[in-house]
Amino acid sequence: MIAGYNTISMGTGRKEFHPKKPRPDLEDYIKEAGQAVLKMIGGAEKVDETVFGNFIASRFNQQAHIAGFAPYIDEGLRYKPSVRVEGACGTGALALTTAMRSILAETAEVALVVGVEVQNSVKAVYGADILAAAGWAKERKAGHAYFFPGKFSDRAKAYTEKFGAEKPRDAMARWYENAIENARLCPTAQEYHNTTKDLIACGIQKPNPKGFVDSLNFFDCSKVSDGASAIAVVSEEGLKRCGIDKKDAVEILGFGQAEEDITKAPEEPTRLLTTKVAVQKAFESAGITKEQVGTVECHDCFTIAGIMATEAIGFAEYGKGPDFVLEGHTSRKGSVPFNTTGGLIGWGHPTGATGVHQAVTLWEQLTGKAGDAQIELQPEKPFGLSINMGGDDISVISIVYKKAE
Amino acid sequence: MDYAERLQNVSVLGAAGKMGSGILLLTAIEMADLSLKPENKGKHYVLNAMDLSGEALPGLMRYLKSQVLKAAEKKIVALREAYAERSDLITNEQIINQYIDDVLLVVRPTTLLEATYQSHIIFEAIKEDPALKTKIFRQINENSTVTPWFCTNTSSIPIGELDKKAGLDGRLLGVHFYNPPAVQKLVEIIKADHTQPELVDFANTLAKNLRKIVVPSADFAGFIGNGHFMRDALHGIHEAEALTEKYSFTQSVYMIDKITRDYLIRPMGIFQLVDYVGIDVCSYIMSVMNPYLKDEDLHSSLLHKMIELGVKGGQNADGSQKDGFLKYEKGRPVAIFDVNKKEYEPISSLQQECDAELGDAPSSWKPWKALVGDRDKDTFLKGYYAEMKSMDNPGSKLAVKYARRSKEIGLKLVEDKVAFSNEDVNTVLLTGFFHAYGPINEYV
Repeated sequence: MIAGYNTISMGTGRKEFHPKKPRPDLEDYIKEAGQAVLKMIGGAEKVDETVFGNFIASRFNQQAHIAGFAPYIDEGLRYKPSVRVEGACGTGALALTTAMRSILAETAEVALVVGVEVQNSVKAVYGADILAAAGWAKERKAGHAYFFPGKFSDRAKAYTEKFGAEKPRDAMARWYENAIENARLCPTAQEYHNTTKDLIACGIQKPNPKGFVDSLNFFDCSKVSDGASAIAVVSEEGLKRCGIDKKDAVEILGFGQAEEDITKAPEEPTRLLTTKVAVQKAFESAGITKEQVGTVECHDCFTIAGIMATEAIGFAEYGKGPDFVLEGHTSRKGSVPFNTTGGLIGWGHPTGATGVHQAVTLWEQLTGKAGDAQIELQPEKPFGLSINMGGDDISVISIVYKKAE
Repeated sequence: MDYAERLQNVSVLGAAGKMGSGILLLTAIEMADLSLKPENKGKHYVLNAMDLSGEALPGLMRYLKSQVLKAAEKKIVALREAYAERSDLITNEQIINQYIDDVLLVVRPTTLLEATYQSHIIFEAIKEDPALKTKIFRQINENSTVTPWFCTNTSSIPIGELDKKAGLDGRLLGVHFYNPPAVQKLVEIIKADHTQPELVDFANTLAKNLRKIVVPSADFAGFIGNGHFMRDALHGIHEAEALTEKYSFTQSVYMIDKITRDYLIRPMGIFQLVDYVGIDVCSYIMSVMNPYLKDEDLHSSLLHKMIELGVKGGQNADGSQKDGFLKYEKGRPVAIFDVNKKEYEPISSLQQECDAELGDAPSSWKPWKALVGDRDKDTFLKGYYAEMKSMDNPGSKLAVKYARRSKEIGLKLVEDKVAFSNEDVNTVLLTGFFHAYGPINEYV
């Protein structure tokens, strides 16, 4: 992968965001991110095909048929193949693996991947209806007004009932603090302007079941975001074609994909079982172990999901995720820094773009382009890992990255 | 008849007005919420939105719809539960739309007083005119098919007197909402000597269900809210008039408005507040209160003069501020009315000179918004006032004098037994006027 680019993650938290003032729209984000990548790789003529990741613009923006925006990015993409894929919040990584499969099948040498979502077009209360489409539609009636926060609130409740209330709550607050501290180092992050002094005090606030959900507060939740991320997935041949030095590229060593039945309730609400399978597959495919992973971009749509991810990967034993987080392992100075530009809670969560944003962040970190957010990787842990999850642990894609040599 | 039965048939008089529309909104929501409870299934709820101005009723219904939408969005969690049995309502949007329908179906806009004759509760929010109120209460009472309770939103007229004149036998209570009722937390409840206790209980339950803060006030003209505000405003007017010996009229108004807003750290200056309420309304309330006051003349010839010149302040139908002592652009004061020249003078042309005359505010000053959010207001205010009292500039001196007068007015209300405690006075100013601290304090 080469030439990653993130737009700003726009929404509450950004100084320039005002819900009643005009903002960039879907096509503006697509164009900004797509053109930025094309510029880095030497123009649209280098591209064989385009893959869009978009969850649900058909409802947020009354726009389906996203593939048709490829030539809008650049006329040079006219008449070239273009496709849009969807897997709820796992859409971005699904777009990446779609491009990778094309490269592996040798039907393309250079694939442009653009993930995009514009969600601030509706109020959160209606956005919740739209995002609920990531679950089983027949479950919507019985579900919470804020459907997905409700789902993960149930998980948080099950987790605290099993492992005690206090430590998980502290760890969730800590997760929030890490996310914001990392976001403050990344100018495109939605929480980049956050100046709150006592982040833990925010994070440990008691949930308000009357206004929101039983076991999560607002700080436990990822952001409602507008934004796009784009990157080029290329073969060795494609890399040469683009004239980009290997030191500016990351190599994909392997990936794992797993799917669960959308109509079924989680088998074990205290665990992310599909995530576990996807990560295992990714490790096997890449031929590495968790000990070799230097940094992770995980799908922290809610703080509790981040904590459960540490267990699903195997860093922490079942029930010990909160300890792992509280001991500081996941912070940017820890043994394996997670979500170094803020993740879904700090950087933002433009759903269809998130998987691509994770790839861009790892590309930046592994090639030394992360600016103020740059972390130091130890030589014995050279790998980056991403986990992108669609729905409530339904569609999960995990990818292993390494700096190209 | 219990609380829920009482609320099955209600009328709001003056429903299209500023206060009436807010009271209508809150009542409509409370009635619809009752109707959605399983135990009330099949019962009919009627809320007559009565206003003589037929042209204003469509606008009222539009306002209601937009406000119910907002309210529904806020309480979506509870609404999903309320409609849990409705298998056809799946998304938040469907539920919100159904709720708007259900609330609006309760409301019956009308221009006919006859519509109110079956109501158990009459909310009155018409013009602040004792004779008119008396006449309408009497008419409803004489024609009603039930024995209605009356709640008046008067902010100044004694309740016992209205009750007696209209022949209501203790079925009238003062339930004074603050503007705008949908937002303001405060409700003053004013019981007269013979008001039926069940009516008082009903009003307290209703206010609690509407999540209002109730402050009881004695039945004395102006009650606590206007009892304080009118005197506070009059002090401001007198101070400005005194300044005109040395400064121009516009400069004087500017300075007192600035002192009351900035130095006293209030949400708006006293002249802006008079504009907000309406110069004519303020003057009228003073005239209603004045006959009941001993050793005090609550009256301002300056207000009369403004009204004569047609400069009245108040608000437009869309809630925007009309010009009064101050001229407003996008809600912010930009000019000051010169009573002598009968034209507005831009603030920019006099600001610099006036600010220099007043001198600096205390160095520890912070804006009202920041003070409201300050968790340790007490410590800040002690330091702030200590500093202000030690300062020698005209601005600080006028401000300290003003704060002392404001405290004195508050204490007098308690001494005269209009308010039952210092806390009640402070609560009214904190919640009804959005002050960051009560006038009765140890700082001044």
